[in-house]
Amino acid sequence: MTAPSLEIVNLSVAFGSDRARVQAVDNAGFRVAPGESFGIIGESGSGKSTILRAISGLNDEYDGSVLIDGRAAPRPRNKAFFKNVQMVFQDPYSSLHPRRMIRATLMEPLEIHRFDRRDERIAQALSDVGLAPEFAYRYPHQLSGGQRQRVAVARALLLEPRIMLLDEPTSALDVSVQAGVLNLLNTLRLSRGLTYVMVSHDLRVIAHMCSRIAVMTQGRIVEELSADDLRSQNAEQDYTRELITASRVALAAE
Amino acid sequence: MSEPLLEVKNLRVAYPSAHGYSDALRGISFALGREKLGIVGESGSGKSTAGRAVMRLLPPKARVTADAMQLSGVDLLNASERKMRDIRGGRIAMVLQDPRYALNPLKTVESQIVESCRIHTRASRSEARDRALAMLEDVRIRDPQRVARLYPHELSGGMGQRVMIAMMLIPSPELVIADEPTSALDVTVRGQILDILNERVEAQGAGLIFISHDLPLVGDFCDRVLVMYGGQVMEELAAHELARATHPYTRALNASLPPLDRRVEELIVPEHDPEWLSERRA
Ligand SMILES: Nc1ncnc2c1ncn2[C@@H]1O[C@H](COP(=O)(O)OP(=O)(O)OP(=O)(O)O)[C@@H](O)[C@H]1O
Ligand SMILES: Nc1ncnc2c1ncn2[C@@H]1O[C@H](COP(=O)(O)OP(=O)(O)OP(=O)(O)O)[C@@H](O)[C@H]1O
Ligand SMILES: [Mg+2]
Ligand SMILES: [Mg+2]
Repeated sequence: MTAPSLEIVNLSVAFGSDRARVQAVDNAGFRVAPGESFGIIGESGSGKSTILRAISGLNDEYDGSVLIDGRAAPRPRNKAFFKNVQMVFQDPYSSLHPRRMIRATLMEPLEIHRFDRRDERIAQALSDVGLAPEFAYRYPHQLSGGQRQRVAVARALLLEPRIMLLDEPTSALDVSVQAGVLNLLNTLRLSRGLTYVMVSHDLRVIAHMCSRIAVMTQGRIVEELSADDLRSQNAEQDYTRELITASRVALAAE
Repeated sequence: MSEPLLEVKNLRVAYPSAHGYSDALRGISFALGREKLGIVGESGSGKSTAGRAVMRLLPPKARVTADAMQLSGVDLLNASERKMRDIRGGRIAMVLQDPRYALNPLKTVESQIVESCRIHTRASRSEARDRALAMLEDVRIRDPQRVARLYPHELSGGMGQRVMIAMMLIPSPELVIADEPTSALDVTVRGQILDILNERVEAQGAGLIFISHDLPLVGDFCDRVLVMYGGQVMEELAAHELARATHPYTRALNASLPPLDRRVEELIVPEHDPEWLSERRA
């Protein structure tokens, strides 16, 4: 394997103390090659978002290491890191300032990183996710759930990062709009060699988007499989089999 | 169907925009009995707006008209705000999309559930507390004691959804409006949450409006489905017919699902036919 674009080694994150202590991530590790798309699936509350938040530095109280191109990510993360690595949060509201127009929210990173043709880039990013340019002049609460989520995706794409951390990026989208966004992400990955780590509960989305997939329960990565393993129900762990079977039942109902 | 639980006729909602008002709902009608009604449709087609209109939770500047909006015996269009405060969270409960945002950020999970329970039932503080913990366990929260003391931003996405569901179900509402209630849940937990919702309908005779973009799930779980596009209902059909729907928009939706059993290079993005919008349905 070529040198990984992103690697986490023995990553552990705990919250709270004494009786309220929880080991949200317990010694997790994976490597993602440049241009690869890596998936994380698993139980609700098993630590998937916590891993992404540790990589992005939103929470830098972790043990273990986060390596970008083989080098430890700086703590706290710096401007150069965010030029390279962007995250789409599970809750679109968390990347949108409630009292700022969408345009201001999208403008800010472009200014910080001194991009040119800012208005043009904003209009393009919105149109890429299927939103008309007028949406730039709305506040977050004036959007539907799926429109907010698309703005969050557009925001992460604006800086043309090399690595994208995608936490349920299409969970609020109907399947037709989802198809457009997933196609866009795939096209960008192939044309620019982007690297993705993607979390989703939707095994269809994960199988379509990712080549390798980690399965989590209770803070631990219990196994890693390929998209083909997922499709052919070839899993070692009972929990993974249960997940796949439950998704298949829904499939059979069609 | 006997006397419906909820009846909505020709509901229209417009939001103020830069140039006058823009329509979010363009005359939708439906009736709900003691059953599970799914609403699917395009992002921005007005699904959440419809749910919020029934709850009378739209922003004050939104323009709302309807020929009727009735909850068995109550005229929801003209009920006083005071009366609505009783109904909201009591007779009708809505599980909002983005639950972690909808919860009060400054209060723990436990204090919010206890508060909502005490407003709508006669429970004492300690009774309410016991019910809150029992309900968290019912929605499959591991370690309810710990989670009860967390603030909304300390919950995972799926825990937020389950906390909101727990909070909304405690007062045993007659009508539950659930807006994407399971989008952040893994399939195994999701199945258990659906069982709880189903139990409310089958055993307690509640009505459920289930807003979701997951077509296979809706087809499997609900009794009937409304398919929405551009603020209108495109078609209404029995849930088990969803995969064989005839309306071109619904068929386009089915076609753009990523397949689980084989690999495809690109997903099908439907072409939108302007006809769909001009079409007026009774
Ligand atoms: N700031 C925090 N304080 C306390 N506990 C936290 C905090 N953030 C996360 N946790 C806990 O860490 C655990 C893992 O949460 P995480 O959000 O990573 O789950 P997840 O796998 O993303 O779940 P979901 O699929 O439901 O989004 C949960 O038990 C959660 O309550
Ligand atoms: N407060 C508001 N002010 C102006 N426009 C609004 C407001 N709230 C919603 N809208 C617009 O009304 C339309 C319907 O929104 P709604 O939230 O009902 O859609 P939805 O069907 O729930 O979509 P999604 O599946 O993306 O959640 C959208 O185009 C949205 O941008
Ligand atoms: Mg999460
Ligand atoms: Mg909505």
